[in-house]
Amino acid sequence: MTTAERTGTPSSAVEAPVLEVRDLSVAFRTEGGTVSAVDRVSLDLAPGEIVGMVGESGCGKSVTAMSIAGLLPGSARVTGSVRLQGTELVGTRESVLRRVRGKEIAYIFQEPMTSLNPVLTVGRQIGEVLQVHERMSGRAARARAVELLSLVGIPSAATRVDNYPHQLSGGMRQRVMIAMAVACGPKVLVADEPTTALDVTVQAGILQVLRDLRDRLGTSILIITHDLGVIADVADRVVVMYAGRVVERAPVTDLFAFPYHQYTAGLLSASPTPGVHAGTQRLQEIPGLVPVLSTQPDACTFADRCPAADARCREAAPPLEAVRPAINDHVAACWHPCPAPRTHVEEATA
Amino acid sequence: MTPQENALELEDLVMHFGPVRAVDGVSLTIPRGRVTALVGESGSGKSTVGRCVVRLVEPTSGVVRIAGADVTHLSRRQLRRHRSDVSIVFQDPAGSLNPRMLVGDIVAEPLRLSRRRLSRRDREARVAAELGRVGLRAEVARRYPHELSGGQRQRVSIARALISEPMLLIADEPTSALDVSVQASVLNLLADLQRDIGFACLFITHDLSAVEYLADDIAVMYLGQLVEKGSREQIFARPAHPYTQALLSAAPVADPERQRQRQQVLLGDDLPSALDPPSGCRFRTRCPLAFDRCATEVPAQIEFGDGVAACHLVQPDGTRPDVRAAETNEVLS
Repeated sequence: MTTAERTGTPSSAVEAPVLEVRDLSVAFRTEGGTVSAVDRVSLDLAPGEIVGMVGESGCGKSVTAMSIAGLLPGSARVTGSVRLQGTELVGTRESVLRRVRGKEIAYIFQEPMTSLNPVLTVGRQIGEVLQVHERMSGRAARARAVELLSLVGIPSAATRVDNYPHQLSGGMRQRVMIAMAVACGPKVLVADEPTTALDVTVQAGILQVLRDLRDRLGTSILIITHDLGVIADVADRVVVMYAGRVVERAPVTDLFAFPYHQYTAGLLSASPTPGVHAGTQRLQEIPGLVPVLSTQPDACTFADRCPAADARCREAAPPLEAVRPAINDHVAACWHPCPAPRTHVEEATA
Repeated sequence: MTPQENALELEDLVMHFGPVRAVDGVSLTIPRGRVTALVGESGSGKSTVGRCVVRLVEPTSGVVRIAGADVTHLSRRQLRRHRSDVSIVFQDPAGSLNPRMLVGDIVAEPLRLSRRRLSRRDREARVAAELGRVGLRAEVARRYPHELSGGQRQRVSIARALISEPMLLIADEPTSALDVSVQASVLNLLADLQRDIGFACLFITHDLSAVEYLADDIAVMYLGQLVEKGSREQIFARPAHPYTQALLSAAPVADPERQRQRQQVLLGDDLPSALDPPSGCRFRTRCPLAFDRCATEVPAQIEFGDGVAACHLVQPDGTRPDVRAAETNEVLS
């Protein structure tokens, strides 16, 4: 595999996005009152683009992903706009959403065992999607299921198609989930922590399958993870979420080279990476916890954990705006961003 | 080396659960005050090794020696004398702390079970001191585990493990259930405590990147057996066994430019069954470099310089295979 193949196609600014999320907010009614989980999140997914969404647990990543295709329970109040190829999904009738899910937008989740039906063979489960959405015959669906299994790199697909989920390893099950998700050729694939439950050697294979799908079928992928290594491996652009808000958004190389928001910088230096920190004695810590918010305050929600916070951060929410010097569609919401390294300034002004 | 200088000695440890050969001949020594990381994928048997050491299970054969004392087949009553020598911290603090007990009682329990009689006031003072040592306020003693965050709960587990002043701490994936920022603080805490108190530690993990700060030595386990042992520097800089090389290459680096230039070794997904492990070298079914001899002959543990590896391609003079042949300069130099 060459380096060029692995870096993939950069996002194209010319093509209209497949998925446009604008000011998406989600609040839950709970016994303890309202909980604001997502606050005015906006993001675009271009055709054939892989966008990574990163943040700690409780930052609203999964809720954002689930709300895109209306997968949240009735206690969730979703506002804002989600357009999939121009079609509005927020507030749309369930019957319309049901046609869209699986066909236009598909999901894979963290734990493949709980997402698969244990009493049906994998062939039947993949076939079901095709029979419902594509009105295929049972025989045709089975044949297509075998093709899909080999597409996601399952060896001897013709016999594996008759296996039950418990007969497969964790990595194989996740490959089956991916095969099922892409069965109808969706434009958008949402992968919520797809490799978190897997070993690193297996994870590498799953990420390779996702990259292949993008390259061969042009699928746009929103991948949600807490692992910056996964982001560094597959994403073209990155969205960093904190306490329900997008705090930074940038092309992947810019984000890692010049993190602007203090939270992004904190996450980067807290991640142990083999070889990179050799010789250092300690990891950088981010003190404190992600807050659970009943209402979204007009303040920076990271202020309580931030080394650079002052009075201003607690009095006004920083807007999400282009970082200065502005380069490459890099936006962040921080009053006291990390100082840009000199090379960065020179590059931008040159 | 006299036995007393080693906190832990495992000799040819075997643990079979019926037909499942979970651990199949592991020998490992941890000197006092040293940290050894035991690394492997799920199903490699690494947690079972930890459970044998604290004698949650009785090994099928082999020897477990803690501070020189053979505890392999001691009864529950006989073990009591050795309980304060070794403690364990589990992966999931929510599952390993009794939800009906106050944190103070959880942390004090090892003191209550040891035969040392302490007055209530002394015990409370010890608990408060121990909580302080792991970075929690003394008031936490009057809380229940569910009132704490995941990171705080793991600190409680660590306090409970260390209050008996053990010579050896078994840490079984102590940070795998935690977020990256919390993981960093728990790893830092363990490193600080280890430096201050000087206990020996068997740090069991699937995540090689988590142990670079902590471990003095690293042992890599595959399907019930050790495939490589060495110093941290040797394992990270010059891994000898193809499996160690594959593990290192598969762990993604949080740097897009470096990560995308690396050539990863893609192993097949399937760890073979521990019911019927492959003949010869157990890694041969996934090894990109396997050849005829690997199927017929079990590789011996070859000592070379600062490490030991079980592979037919490793030579005592340090010659070793390279599964990432195309990428030799980037990773091996």
